[in-house]
Amino acid sequence: MALDKPYQDIPGTIIFDAEQSRKGYWLNQFCMSLMKAENRTRFKADQRAYLNEWPMSEDQRQAVIDMDLNRAMQLGGNIYFLAKIGATHGLSFQQMAGSMTGMSETEYRAMMVSGGRSAEGNRKIGEDGDAQAHRQPQGHAGKKD
Amino acid sequence: MAKITASVFTSHVPAIGAAMDLGKTQEDYWKPLFAGYEYSKQWMKDNKPDVIILVFNDHATAFSLDMIPTFAIGTAAEYTPADEGFGPRPVPKVQGHPDLAAHIAHSVIQQDFDLTIVNKMDVDHGLTVPLSLMCGEKGPVKDSWPCPVIPFAVNVVQYPVPSGQRCFNLGKAIRKAVESYDEDLNVHIWGTGGMSHQLQGARAGLINREWDNAWLDKMIADPAACAATPHIDYVREAGSEGIELVMWLIARGAMSDVPYDATDLIAARAHSVSVKHRFYHVPASNTAVGHLILENN
Repeated sequence: MALDKPYQDIPGTIIFDAEQSRKGYWLNQFCMSLMKAENRTRFKADQRAYLNEWPMSEDQRQAVIDMDLNRAMQLGGNIYFLAKIGATHGLSFQQMAGSMTGMSETEYRAMMVSGGRSAEGNRKIGEDGDAQAHRQPQGHAGKKD
Repeated sequence: MAKITASVFTSHVPAIGAAMDLGKTQEDYWKPLFAGYEYSKQWMKDNKPDVIILVFNDHATAFSLDMIPTFAIGTAAEYTPADEGFGPRPVPKVQGHPDLAAHIAHSVIQQDFDLTIVNKMDVDHGLTVPLSLMCGEKGPVKDSWPCPVIPFAVNVVQYPVPSGQRCFNLGKAIRKAVESYDEDLNVHIWGTGGMSHQLQGARAGLINREWDNAWLDKMIADPAACAATPHIDYVREAGSEGIELVMWLIARGAMSDVPYDATDLIAARAHSVSVKHRFYHVPASNTAVGHLILENN
């Protein structure tokens, strides 16, 4: 019998469960290596060479180089692990989280200061909130000229 | 006999630590947040504990994907602030309380909670930010934290995390363990993390002020009902990282007004808790900050 995963109907959200964890094992372990200053230096000097030392998929390596955190999460990354890459590049958690919405840093920060994103319309896939797939990317990037 | 006299609840956002470490607490963005902890810092001085049991989660720092303990108790003499990718926070080392920690581990395991025992662990912002908020800025060399700390780590990184009910029951077991320790110690238990926040995906930045405050009301007044909140409610209403709130239920379950079991109902009814301080603020970085101090009467 299949496991109950009620969290799969939430828009714009990937829950890091055992299945994701298995997919992302090496991607996340690579991230852990960035907790050492000498590894951060080596990674920044030649990202591609450093990533090639890890048995990750090519898609995972590319997502790291592109700093495409949504893609990295789809491929099994977990945000607390991926945050080590952000820290290596000098990015705050807010900059990282914001980058996943398509909003600019200024737009995302303004949303947070005005009280954050509402849960209205964002509880289940199929509603009409700003986190739903049909409303991406958010902010100026999503405006049609 | 050792006794839990109070519980403290607070978010543990890393940016709060950074703001303190970089001297930004009086900037417009941060000022209202730190104002909410002024009472708490004085309260800590006036009610200095002998030991703090600090419930927190490790954020892929001490525990990688190699080992993922659901509940882990620190029994070491000392814990070093971790390098989370931007260098260690410039705060004092954390002194442990190996005797009480080992006693709690022994008692709680015999109450059917399978704790992982950790003798070596660096501690991340989940543990050091609450200490900084409650104790103020402390330098890494000259200063020290006011008392020993027993780190108690809960897995909230890889799903499924323990249920609120499980955490609440664990709190009861910890209280029983503390009360069977012979030395007279004034013990605080802190629950950290939360409140609503989501750090990932198109839904990043989710905040739910109404839900947070309703949950807080319930946790204070009817903690057993609050403990029954299912996982999916946290994720849907308070964001994927809002699930950290289950850790608050460990601290709440350790308070004297919570009956240990059906035979303890009358004894527990003789106790009540006082809300000494309550604070809520949006935002700190991506997060709704909640803070509460409860004392046993």
